[in-house]
Amino acid sequence: MRRHGFVAGFLLLPVLLYAVFVISPYVQAFQIALTDWRGVSAGLDFVGLDNFQRMFGNEAFWQALRNHLVLLVTMPLATVSLALLFAYLLNAAGGSRGGTMTGVKGSGFYRVVFFLPQVLAVAVVGVLFKAVYRPDSSGVINGALVRLGGEPVGWLTDQRLALWSIIAVMVWQAVGFYVVLFSAGMAAIPKDIFEAASLDGAGRARMFFSVTLPLLWETVQVGWIYLGIAAFDGFALVNVLSMEQGGPDGATTVLATEIYKNAFGYSRFGYASALGVALFFLTLTFAALTMRVTRRERIVY
Amino acid sequence: MSPTRRDVLRGLGLAALATPLAACVTAGRDAAPGPTASAAATSANNPLGVDAARRLEVVIFSGGNGDKYAVDLHEAAYRKAYPQAEIKHVATQKVGTQLRPRFIAGDVPDVVNNSGPEALDLQSLVQEGHLADLTPLFEAPSLAFPDKKVKDTLVGGAYENSLIDGVPRVLQYTVAHRALWYNAKLFEAKGWSVPRTWAEFNALGEEAKKAGITLFAYPGQVGPFYQLWNLIYSAAKIGGNKVIIDIDNLADGAWTAEPVRQAVAAWAQIQKDYGDKAYFGLDHTQTQVKHLQDKVLFYPCGSWLENEMAKDRPDTFEYAIAPVPSITSADALPYEAIMIGVSEAFFVAAKGKNPQGGLEYLRMMLSKEGARGYTEMTKNLTIVNGLVDGLQLTSAVNSAAKAQEAAGKNTITDARFETWYKELFDYGQTQTNSVMAGRTTPDQFCANMQKKADELKADSSIAKQTRSV
Repeated sequence: MRRHGFVAGFLLLPVLLYAVFVISPYVQAFQIALTDWRGVSAGLDFVGLDNFQRMFGNEAFWQALRNHLVLLVTMPLATVSLALLFAYLLNAAGGSRGGTMTGVKGSGFYRVVFFLPQVLAVAVVGVLFKAVYRPDSSGVINGALVRLGGEPVGWLTDQRLALWSIIAVMVWQAVGFYVVLFSAGMAAIPKDIFEAASLDGAGRARMFFSVTLPLLWETVQVGWIYLGIAAFDGFALVNVLSMEQGGPDGATTVLATEIYKNAFGYSRFGYASALGVALFFLTLTFAALTMRVTRRERIVY
Repeated sequence: MSPTRRDVLRGLGLAALATPLAACVTAGRDAAPGPTASAAATSANNPLGVDAARRLEVVIFSGGNGDKYAVDLHEAAYRKAYPQAEIKHVATQKVGTQLRPRFIAGDVPDVVNNSGPEALDLQSLVQEGHLADLTPLFEAPSLAFPDKKVKDTLVGGAYENSLIDGVPRVLQYTVAHRALWYNAKLFEAKGWSVPRTWAEFNALGEEAKKAGITLFAYPGQVGPFYQLWNLIYSAAKIGGNKVIIDIDNLADGAWTAEPVRQAVAAWAQIQKDYGDKAYFGLDHTQTQVKHLQDKVLFYPCGSWLENEMAKDRPDTFEYAIAPVPSITSADALPYEAIMIGVSEAFFVAAKGKNPQGGLEYLRMMLSKEGARGYTEMTKNLTIVNGLVDGLQLTSAVNSAAKAQEAAGKNTITDARFETWYKELFDYGQTQTNSVMAGRTTPDQFCANMQKKADELKADSSIAKQTRSV
């Protein structure tokens, strides 16, 4: 009992802070979602499920949901595949030297390069890519295209390209972190397993799919969930990069953008909270589903 | 991953925390009565009943015009008149973020310059009874012209624009002229004249094309509303101001009316024939720089443009304003008609500690020193008539003044759904980009806008506004 008291003493403050600053806003968001609160006074009326009814009838909500679905499938897939590839190249693809696996030449340098986007603030990344995607010949990509005799492309103004352009930025920004994460995971795999596989004549590809990936599975799973949750975000990049904050024609809108517009643009805090509640359940459902679907027998080494 | 989103959620959470919400959810709307400040006795020198010793808090949006004018002119005047009163000056770029929690908690400043990207939604403030009735101010004697009431010293439309639900609640302080801006020096050098008809506009487009200049561009990324304004004002030119009044009143078929369709079709065709799709992805600053580089001939904007671009403007560029060319030969308004509108909103908090002082502060802003000084300092004309004689004005303001003279009574009214129904206005911006880029037809534009307007009309949670003039 004394030991429990000791532990509880340490936990009390953080739990209290968590309850006040995380749990209670969530609970209040659920409450506000059932009201017509306008955000400028303490007065509000209870309106039942009106906000949710409005939400399900709103095209912008469904559009945001569709965009989240695309993000959810492509963004983690691209990021994890690239990160795995790079991590493998950096750590194990250089072949065996002196009994240990090494990365390709200059891997130390690449490690820094890959991680660099991670230390940039999202707003900086946004501004950076605004210049990269600029639709006239002053843009980084379009400038090159024009010099090669091509036509400038509306990366963010063409409704078929806009979402993909933003996904590319998200992947670019996230890959570095997962390279480091997977590298750490690979470093934890005992070297003798690689050595044994190598002696048995496994090539690089075989080594990756039959040895590295299965032993790295839990790390990949964690990464997948993180990225999935990130796919429910996207607010800052969409806000800075897209036209009309989520355009053209809603092609890049996400739930957080809709929440922001409704709360701070139209003073519909009740409706915005209803969107927030929807986002909460979507994220939760996604995390639970991913955990279930990707569950495998744990490999102990 | 994104701190901004977290800020949003935290903002939501904290704002909620600031209220004892657990009680409020059931407490209902009339839970928190605001403090009411009693007025002092009125006199000829003090028509609004200001308590000389009471503290006054002023919140100024520190944007393009800065906040120095408030400190040096208006607060100085107040301090001079009431030396015992303490004045608290707050400059901010985030009016909403900073003031929203204070309105909830009941600790409100007295005067607020509600401008900028985070301006508070006036409609919901009125619904919660936060905005003071400005009638005493408008009825009080003017400081600029002592024999007149304040109301009678202002340009036409200024008083009408202060009305929300028929009661004056918000003072729009500056006057801006909105039409097409061009480089007068370039026109002189090329020997071009400003087009008066749509045919001349097209002909000039061909000439400009040969010279490698885009006839017309608006910023699609940030600021498609410049073009939405342009579409609406063009429609008013064809069909008269009734077109805009109908739109504001959410009248049936206001958007599907023929003048709107004609205006949208005409502009979409200009974009198709002489435009450059790159501008859909540029923001207003980037586009305005291109304009200054003579890559764009006409740019739709207001008379604040020159001030905004003062640092980048080369000597070869002289801003001048041109009315939108007449689209049909049977337009209801003549070619000279331009839009003259008011902006820079100020309001007095009804539940503040010193509403009388707030009204007096606004009266001082409308005094001779206050208004003329403001024009001198920020190069913006104010709504007070007849105070600018002998002032050094910029070429843009001079050009606008001339255009105003030419227009005479033929001014295009401002579209108020911009603040009344912000949701409709924002939707209009996305639809403008869509129709200008050719993703939707003008007919679809009209139908989509009408659908959205009808939805708002049927939505009982949004308070409705009407106007007759």
